[in-house]
Amino acid sequence: MPSEREIRRRIRSVRNIQQVTKAMQTVAASRMRRAQQAVLASRPYEERLRSILNDLGPYTDPKTHPLLARRDVKRAAVILITTDRGLVGALNTNLIRAALRHSENLPATSWVAVGRKAITQLRRVRQPIAAEFSGFSERPTTQDTTIVARVATEEFVAGRVDEVYVAYTRFINTLRQVPSVRRILPLVPEEEDLDSLPPLQYIFEPDAETVLEAVLPRLVELTVYQAALDNAASEQSARMVAMRNATDNATELIEDYTLAANKARQGRITKEMLEIASGAEALSKG
Amino acid sequence: MPLHLEVITPERAVYEEDVDMVIAPASEGYVGILPHHAPLFTTLGPGEFRVKRGGVEEVLAVFGGFIDVRGDRVVVLTDAAEHAEEIDSARAHEARERAQQALAAGPVSAADEQRARAALQRALVRLRVSERRGRRR
Repeated sequence: MPSEREIRRRIRSVRNIQQVTKAMQTVAASRMRRAQQAVLASRPYEERLRSILNDLGPYTDPKTHPLLARRDVKRAAVILITTDRGLVGALNTNLIRAALRHSENLPATSWVAVGRKAITQLRRVRQPIAAEFSGFSERPTTQDTTIVARVATEEFVAGRVDEVYVAYTRFINTLRQVPSVRRILPLVPEEEDLDSLPPLQYIFEPDAETVLEAVLPRLVELTVYQAALDNAASEQSARMVAMRNATDNATELIEDYTLAANKARQGRITKEMLEIASGAEALSKG
Repeated sequence: MPLHLEVITPERAVYEEDVDMVIAPASEGYVGILPHHAPLFTTLGPGEFRVKRGGVEEVLAVFGGFIDVRGDRVVVLTDAAEHAEEIDSARAHEARERAQQALAAGPVSAADEQRARAALQRALVRLRVSERRGRRR
């Protein structure tokens, strides 16, 4: 049994840790709100753009545009988006596990690592990294993610990879974030039954090919941006929850230690009383 | 029957109203869109995006993207859109100066030149849009 003084020392140190986790929880909570708003605000744009692909897709020949090209998959690229910093519970661990499992089903994988955790983990398991990016996991901008998307698109267009996936933690709500792996290249329109569709009534300016040429790369860039935003919202949510758990655990620990300290104190007083009593008795007998 | 207009950027929804007429800077020149327009899809250049609603004209600056006209719904997907009130004309002036100087000094590479030209164009659009607001007052 540790001494009373030792226990009191521990209480103090747990209380200090609790102050830190509490502060981090507050910071994460306010960042979480901003990140959640950002991800929700960007969803309409992507949905619209995708619906345009679905509308135009059936009227386009997959051979006409390089981003629509479907090839036998000999090698795939996975854009793995993790956080830069830790203290997010099992968020990155779960995602990396899901991504690696996914890559086992691919003939060969090269990785585009986004976020410091992705870089270190992929190096540790000796996976080939084609490109790495970090420094914007908490607040991704379109500039940051467009570069990532361009690198992956180049690999695809050059024929070095035949498919591109993006792996990220999808934000559902504060308590739920799900690892997801999504294919982003080649772009495949969802509706493909030409016969059931009405003839194209749209006017395209200047023409359908030019419009498609402009829409398709944007769609790829946007999907990556969206994934990065999802990941950022997940990061802050997971950190907030992790820090709240840590604060709660500290409270519990302090309670336990306080009980132990009081018991030790009581024990000490009882022992002293016994000593005094027995000392007095010895004197009176003598 | 009004047009339902939505202007969306990747960061936020900028505008959503029922309007009478839209004049957009399309790739082939400005297009005016009234209710019952034929379905149209086109790319947008940087330019003034004008909206007429109940006799009042509002002006936005838009920078690239797409416009999708379908029935009486008009959806604008743009990389960036700014209300005339949001534009800092002093900054736009500065940006114009900088871009013009860069072009006059002779850019180092083709990419630099392209960047300077794009910056100049953005600055000009911002200035035009913010001037328009000044005149209306």
